Amino acid sequence: MSLEEYKGVYVFAQQVDNQISGISFELLGKAKELAGDLNETVTAVLLGSGVKELADELAEYGADKVIVVDDPALEVYRTEPYAHALSSVINKYKPDIMLVGATAIGRDLGPTVSARVATGLTADCTKLDIGDFPLNPIPGKEQKHNQLLMTRPAFGGNTIATIACPDNRPQMATVRPGVMQKIEPIKGAKAVVEEFNPGFEPNDRYVTIREVVKAVANVADIMDAKILVSGGRGLGSPENFKMLEDLAEVLGGQVSCSRAVVDAGWKPKDLQVGQTGKTVRPQVYFAIGISGAIQHVAGMEEADLIVAINKDEDAPIFDVADYGIVGDLNKIVPQLTEKLKAAIAAK
Amino acid sequence: MKVIVCVKQVPDTKGGVKFNPDGTLDRAAMLAIMNPDDKAGLEAALRLKDQYDAEVTVLTMGLPKAADVLREAIAMGADNGILVTDRVLGGADTWATSTTIAGAIRNLDYDLIITGRQAIDGDTAQVGPQIAEHLGIPVISYAQDIKIDGDKVVVQRQYDDRYHVLEAKMPCLITALSELNEPRYMTPGGIFEACAAQITTWGRAELKDVEDSNLGLAGSPTKIAKASDKVRKGAGEKVVPESPEDAVSYIVDKLAEKHII
Repeated sequence: MSLEEYKGVYVFAQQVDNQISGISFELLGKAKELAGDLNETVTAVLLGSGVKELADELAEYGADKVIVVDDPALEVYRTEPYAHALSSVINKYKPDIMLVGATAIGRDLGPTVSARVATGLTADCTKLDIGDFPLNPIPGKEQKHNQLLMTRPAFGGNTIATIACPDNRPQMATVRPGVMQKIEPIKGAKAVVEEFNPGFEPNDRYVTIREVVKAVANVADIMDAKILVSGGRGLGSPENFKMLEDLAEVLGGQVSCSRAVVDAGWKPKDLQVGQTGKTVRPQVYFAIGISGAIQHVAGMEEADLIVAINKDEDAPIFDVADYGIVGDLNKIVPQLTEKLKAAIAAK
Repeated sequence: MKVIVCVKQVPDTKGGVKFNPDGTLDRAAMLAIMNPDDKAGLEAALRLKDQYDAEVTVLTMGLPKAADVLREAIAMGADNGILVTDRVLGGADTWATSTTIAGAIRNLDYDLIITGRQAIDGDTAQVGPQIAEHLGIPVISYAQDIKIDGDKVVVQRQYDDRYHVLEAKMPCLITALSELNEPRYMTPGGIFEACAAQITTWGRAELKDVEDSNLGLAGSPTKIAKASDKVRKGAGEKVVPESPEDAVSYIVDKLAEKHII
């Protein structure tokens, strides 16, 4: 393939129930930066059924162009029709870069599409830049410019690797939600909208959806919280989370937790912070009874302020906390809630 | 019914990660274990064996010592183990790995392939769906429940705020979450069998319909530009207050200082 034919920064604009997912706006924000460096444009690829009117919203968040594949086969996410749609778009429009959210959908769609169009895919990126590969010139080896350099954590967040895809196109990455910044929406912005339909012929690879079961509890997403009060195994029991809920309520925050808590069945998976949970960047993160395993830290270290309470003086959480308090959470947390309540009421 | 379970031997990151002086991962110093999501996949397959008398084959790609996880799987109840190992396969990214494993699987009959969602060393979750793509079969990832219904498999597939109940015609590939089940222990009889079991070893020559240019480091589209230890922002203040009251005052003062309250 001639690599020069591949142009533009493309974003898979994920939608669920015909609502654009937050990650799509985050990807557009990053795509705009990358496109600026490359002097190229940003294209959103919108797949679904009855989704065309969502194109304006994508334009407001930075899309210059929106390719819409609107077909009843795409109403609810299924690997095969979505993979067919996205790889058909790639084969027809030949993007230089294709970004996909590292969501439960994107981490299924991304690998399938990358295998279909025979290119590399870097998973769960936390940083994307344009640069040279190899990073420094090596005698006898061509140094390619304007490459997508994709940085991601590995080994549970213990190491960090920067990866390039120098000889195949598009350069594909899935990007962790909550890491890239969306732009302030430009009200009234319009994008060039192009409709495309590759045709959908069901075959054995189309699965049948028997049922869609939505979670009953409609808790707000911890990724949107300004203040998180997070609990770990040190709480000792699921009942003790009541203390954290009280503290979170006083501060107008939310409760989240570590993997140990989810593994123990105390809290549902969607409250889990960490490498295998969610990446959060609240204004304040309270780590209470959380030892601070690297896989947890990987999901919260970007918080503006980290306050840790732990009885173990050597807990690794203190290595990342702005304020670390060695002490008994059972005594400190209820008193803290009371004092904060009084302090806020006094204002 | 025939089930293939793909497993990976991974360094146990739970006990912390050890590095060589040159900054590379010291795999020798770390315990090697069967990847947790893969073990859940194996357990799901063994339940199909209990229920439907399925034949369970475990397959791994890796260094010769990766045979250990195959023996562990056999000790848990798997029937056969296949090790894919060859110098030319080293340094593979997910594309080259999935190409290799698909090439090995083309030699086998199967109704179901089960892989773990992701391995704890790379955390990519890519190899499972890519194997399915290379083999041209449907994939259902993030499975939290698996049932067989005639020639179909019915799977609960987890999403962020919901799950879908999906039905696929076999053969099909499923990626398993470690939440799927509690894997069984090895049995004494199983351990005895595992010691005696013959592990099949395949190299490059046994891979079917695979081009050399798609294998190993050279066949990997993604290349590592740089790898390093994660640089963290470092510790702030740590205090050991004399009383809970002191601790509370300290926190309230700091929050006020930062205009949080």
